[in-house]
Amino acid sequence: MTMSSITPITKNQQFNVDKIRQDFPLLNQKIKGKPLVYLDNAATTQKPQVVIDALSQFYANSNSNVHRGAHSLSDHATELFEKARNNVQHFINAKFSHQIIWTKGTTEAINMIASGLAQSHLKPGDEIIISTMEHHANIVPWQVAAQRSGAKLIVAPINEKGELNFPVYKTLLNEKTAIVAMTHVSNTLGTINDVKEIVHCAQQVGAITVIDGAQAIGHDSVDVQDLDCDFYVFSGHKLFGPTGIGVLYGKEDRLEQLPPFQTGGEMIQTVTFQEATWNALPYKFEAGTPNIAGAIGLSAAIDYLSGIDRAGAIAHEHRLMNYCIELAQDMDDIRLYGTAQNKMAIFSFLLGDAHPSDVGTLLNQQGIAVRTGHHCTMPLMNELGIPGTVRASFSLYNTEEEVAMLFAALTKAKTFL
Amino acid sequence: MNKLAIPALSNGPFGTEIKSTDIADTLSFFDDWEDRYRYIIDLGKELTTLPTSCRTDENLIIGCQSQVWLVCEYDKTNNLLFMAVDSEALIVKGLAAIVLSAFNKKTPQQITDFNIDAFFTDIDLFNHLSSMRGNGLRAMVSKILYLAKNYG
Repeated sequence: MTMSSITPITKNQQFNVDKIRQDFPLLNQKIKGKPLVYLDNAATTQKPQVVIDALSQFYANSNSNVHRGAHSLSDHATELFEKARNNVQHFINAKFSHQIIWTKGTTEAINMIASGLAQSHLKPGDEIIISTMEHHANIVPWQVAAQRSGAKLIVAPINEKGELNFPVYKTLLNEKTAIVAMTHVSNTLGTINDVKEIVHCAQQVGAITVIDGAQAIGHDSVDVQDLDCDFYVFSGHKLFGPTGIGVLYGKEDRLEQLPPFQTGGEMIQTVTFQEATWNALPYKFEAGTPNIAGAIGLSAAIDYLSGIDRAGAIAHEHRLMNYCIELAQDMDDIRLYGTAQNKMAIFSFLLGDAHPSDVGTLLNQQGIAVRTGHHCTMPLMNELGIPGTVRASFSLYNTEEEVAMLFAALTKAKTFL
Repeated sequence: MNKLAIPALSNGPFGTEIKSTDIADTLSFFDDWEDRYRYIIDLGKELTTLPTSCRTDENLIIGCQSQVWLVCEYDKTNNLLFMAVDSEALIVKGLAAIVLSAFNKKTPQQITDFNIDAFFTDIDLFNHLSSMRGNGLRAMVSKILYLAKNYG
């Protein structure tokens, strides 16, 4: 099986959105009597049939606990589970499969890193740099880590387009900078950060780099060796996989130095009533029975992506974004938040003076699913001086027709407000 | 009537001129969602203006997508609870007005006796509890019931 999506496999078929849509059974339904237009992909993506099948086949045919193999079924489940790990390894181009740690998702992964570093690495006076555009999941764990260790949380600002203010970021870096934790793509603004450069700058002062890949992973190829970050984390459910499974990637030495987050079964090597020694990577971080079906489902999602024209999908999402911006400009009372040069198809906006929640409700009545509110980025909303936005976020299965439907629905919503 | 600390609370039609049964009747007339939502938004506009001084953290009910301010006062002489609500979102404001049509200017006993879930099912607007959690209305109902039990 070819598993890498970094080097595109020769495709015999070009990207065709109509064909792609047939792979996602949920999309073919009505909401309040109207065809569903699912534009909440930044919250979670829908699942292709192959992922749904992988889950049910696992439970129907292969369910057993892993790494406890006294019987064939357990061996088989273990094999599928470890194959899934290899699949993720190749998908993000990690050097070794033991650098792939299964987690519940991005949030747990960041907590594992922050909590471990607070214990083993951070000391009073150290500085942790995050940015204004971080999700709460990449703010609060660091706040707690700072409180526990006596370190200081420093926030790198953004410019008016919603891009990281690089000159200021560089001036914030100094010998006290212990950690730089930033998002790859902003879940609210769609900004794609220049992670390679962020990491490169952080390395000059010896800081550990942690990249929140939750929004990036489902939209573009990620190569962790090229980015050269110490840690990269993401969730399976934003990558067309199941909920409750995520990935913590770390450089080998960083993972070796990081203390375990949870203790119990599987993660130990020897246990007496006095003490325990830790198992090797990756098991040191995987206490208890893992989400076996989730890992296998995520692996099926990666296989799915490897089987389509990924470059074509990326170009398609880009077209949707541009079409969206074009229609927004035609509607003079739409204010866009996040106009970065390098941006993903996450479209955050306000319609006139209307409250985002009203707009969301009126769109829902017309079959259009968006998210409204602060998108778990309250500090960013405070910085922008707004209570929240309406967010339409696109994925590879959305169509230009759906973009047009969004704007027709917004025009109708306006008549109410 | 006993004098209220916030006199504005005795104004407004909800609970008296506009009762929960009136709203249920009107909503049942509409065939399409557009009429229903225009009506809900109009109901919100009939709410008593809440003095800005009442927009305190104490009165705030935070939802994920929008927030609601609820002020409640107990008139001991007449054994009635007076309330007023506000929200920045028009639809939430209208929905909050609907809640007031059931609870405002009622005795604590009437409030706790009222079957709010049956009412919500009847008007078919709150079919998703999660959306009520999101807009703070479920928390608003809980707070009113809590206050009614305290005074009852």
